[in-house]
Amino acid sequence: MVARLHHPISRHDLATRLWHWINALTILIMVMSGLTILNAHPRFYWGDVGTWGDIAWLQIGSSDGRGLLFIGDRMFDTTGWLGHWTDAQGVAQDWAFPGWITIPTDYDLAQGRIWHLLFAWVFVLGWLFYLGRGVISGHLRRDLWPRLGDLTPRALRHEIRHHLSISAIRAMADNGYNSLQRLSYLAVILGLIPLMIMTGLSMSPGMNAALPWLPELFGGRQSARSIHFLGMSAILIFVVVHLVMVLLAGPIRLILGMMTGGSLKAEGAHHGE
Amino acid sequence: MANEIDRRAVIAGLIGGGALLSGCDRIGSSAPFQAAVEGARGLTMHSQRLLIGRDRLAPEFGRDKISDRFHANGTTDPIEPAYRALAANGFRQWRLEVDGLVHRPFGLSLAQLQTLPQRRQITRHDCVEGWSAIAEWQGVPLGLILAHAGLMPDARYAVFHCADRLGGDQYYESIDLIDAFHPQTILAHRMNGQPLGIAHGAPIRLRVERQLGYKQAKYVMRIELVATLDGIGGGKGGYWEDRRNYDYYAGI
Repeated sequence: MVARLHHPISRHDLATRLWHWINALTILIMVMSGLTILNAHPRFYWGDVGTWGDIAWLQIGSSDGRGLLFIGDRMFDTTGWLGHWTDAQGVAQDWAFPGWITIPTDYDLAQGRIWHLLFAWVFVLGWLFYLGRGVISGHLRRDLWPRLGDLTPRALRHEIRHHLSISAIRAMADNGYNSLQRLSYLAVILGLIPLMIMTGLSMSPGMNAALPWLPELFGGRQSARSIHFLGMSAILIFVVVHLVMVLLAGPIRLILGMMTGGSLKAEGAHHGE
Repeated sequence: MANEIDRRAVIAGLIGGGALLSGCDRIGSSAPFQAAVEGARGLTMHSQRLLIGRDRLAPEFGRDKISDRFHANGTTDPIEPAYRALAANGFRQWRLEVDGLVHRPFGLSLAQLQTLPQRRQITRHDCVEGWSAIAEWQGVPLGLILAHAGLMPDARYAVFHCADRLGGDQYYESIDLIDAFHPQTILAHRMNGQPLGIAHGAPIRLRVERQLGYKQAKYVMRIELVATLDGIGGGKGGYWEDRRNYDYYAGI
């Protein structure tokens, strides 16, 4: 205890830091290679089945040199972004997602699957490792599980107001995770990530033989595929909000903290009292 | 000042990220990456096989689930004169050859195939591209054919030689003996109660229900039992495997 007087408590333990950076890279690769796979059939359905000619709730296509996005009955012109775009060589392309956002750059379904399914193992094993470590070390309970008092409407309102002020965000970044942070991190770790894994496995004909109930949980294989896409979109929203918060709260210090461990100023002082 | 440093760090980060991504194409073709890929492929196949078990069935559906539309991919109308002649005559001259590492190589006409014990199954077909369709398939379990031929001890794979060429190369596929003897692995000659149409592989196509669509070889002419896939096509066990580096085990 005495030693802690002079050595502030590490803000992030090694397992958290490792997982954070491996996951940052893995999610980037999973999203970009996933979009390559999506380019093969940029249409989404509900239920067990769906193919060319069936009603799609979302589809990306092109017509007369225009890129088009259809969501339900609505049509959006996405020329230059989705469905019709110009590649680095200046050649017009009609693939749904442009090369700068896919792995590999040029459409190659087999290679996209290779990246996706290789990093799926990193994603799943990393998550299991982090989760196991988090339960054993108490990290989940101590740092991420919201404290009961923090979940009252009053406390949450207070917390949301705090997030509207940059100086308050900067001040909060010196402490442990605040309750909105805890809730959003938990939603990703215990909600979105397992959802992505389960909907991903629902699309596997092999896994369907092993666990026939799995795709049915989501309403069938094509529903699972749709939910896999929506879950990816939710993860992207989380990443954007996360990055904005880091930028607002002092990126250099926070990024260094996630690399070296950093320190908890306020709680370190508290322990010293 | 702090803001200035922050801004520089962000810009440096963005440039670094861009360099990393343009490097992905190069990394993807490097030898260590390919070794990792082969490792992941092995891990996927062995862990799936462990979870599934040898004879666990792919989900089967009720008649009411049969799809109105069933897209046909790859070759949909072979142009090879030999095939066209067979098709023009209702495949009466068609013969399935079973040979390679078997004790009793034999040939089988479509009429003979139809008199053998049949299996009917309503299953979902999942294309590697992402779409799915459900159909009823009827055909002869491949295991019966192989048992009749009598496998030699060193036979490891069943290779399906097809009538069609796609992009200049002969289509073929292969599966190992676990899938070859799976109860749902059939040589289908009927689809949704009708004789199999040309778009879907007439007179017979392979159904191997726990794998993706590109394994379901159409226009099958010959089944060859082999000890190794070396020396057949490009040596990777199938048309798309050779041509595009698709996964040999297509369980996911």
